[in-house]
Amino acid sequence: MEYITTLLAKNGLVVAFLSVGLIMYSSDFLSEKLTRKKIPGSAIAIFLGLVLAYIGGVVSGGSKGIADIKELSGFELMGGAMFRDFAIVSTAMGVSFVVVRKTGLAGIISLFVGVILTFFTGATIAYFMGYRDAISITTIGAGACTFVVGPVTGAAIGASSDVIAISIATGLVKSIAITICTPLVARVIGLNNPATAMVFGGLIGTTSGVAAGLASTDPKLVPYGAMTATFYTGLGCLLCPSILYLLVKVIVG
Amino acid sequence: MLIRGVALLAGCFIAGQLLGETLGRLIHINANVGGVGFAMLLLVFAQNWFEKRDSLHPEMESGILFWSKMYIPVIVAMSATQNVRVALSSGLIALAAGIIPVAICLFLVPSITRISLKTPEEWSI
Repeated sequence: MEYITTLLAKNGLVVAFLSVGLIMYSSDFLSEKLTRKKIPGSAIAIFLGLVLAYIGGVVSGGSKGIADIKELSGFELMGGAMFRDFAIVSTAMGVSFVVVRKTGLAGIISLFVGVILTFFTGATIAYFMGYRDAISITTIGAGACTFVVGPVTGAAIGASSDVIAISIATGLVKSIAITICTPLVARVIGLNNPATAMVFGGLIGTTSGVAAGLASTDPKLVPYGAMTATFYTGLGCLLCPSILYLLVKVIVG
Repeated sequence: MLIRGVALLAGCFIAGQLLGETLGRLIHINANVGGVGFAMLLLVFAQNWFEKRDSLHPEMESGILFWSKMYIPVIVAMSATQNVRVALSSGLIALAAGIIPVAICLFLVPSITRISLKTPEEWSI
């Protein structure tokens, strides 16, 4: 038995390709048989991925989801930042430059509104849940932006590690919520064209969540949403530990 | 030819990431600022440039398209490696602060879109 585990762990990436392939296959099957394609196969696949991550976390007690199980450690490479970003960039193939230019202003407005509004909503919730110091409030508010902005901000202004952990969890909940909600609300908010996708990406941020959500809504929209979402993290890292922190400090004293 | 497409994608990727890292350093935050966005813009430019010279070989294109089709599988692998257990167990605050702002922003999507968008019909893909 031991040699099988070793073999699978040694060929981790290939095992991940096989496993994800099987997940996609069964998701397409479930989508067709159970929902008559109303819920796209890709959305089911991403949800199954999250379920696997939960199982992996419970079984191993680790923090890397299913990748903490030795035989499936290749998931970490396949789902890591390198492949993810490489694949995101490739989706720009076929993007219409005319559309990008036309969306310009709305894209920039959505970025600022997205970061500032999300920050203050998160900060207000932190306040009402018992956090009274500017550093914790700011860190949790930043975590509401993305799970990168939270820890970057927390580290910059000297937050305690449990508050930083909460901010990461907040960003993660956001990313998961977006992944699941996007295909469900797409029709209601008119998310069926590149311009709206760019505004959507700018308002929401979280590249991973936006890209996953759009992927299960309409894969053609992914590059547009991902393009603005990728600037969200930068703007968040820029505004949260500086201007927004000072503002919170003034408000809560 | 296939590898030329992959290499073009890789070149845009590296250049974009470098730009993002450099920008991050210039504004003193230890993070990559918009690297993926820059890389995507570079790829859009490169693609337009090749198309104008009529030298975007279909096989070269398929080297890039392969990766864009691998996108959803990569995202599935990514979601399988998230710390979902902790996100679910670290309490109400993470849930509330993670979901409520999202709901508000989703609500705003149509009104901000309207800023640049007078006639929705012309945007259909």
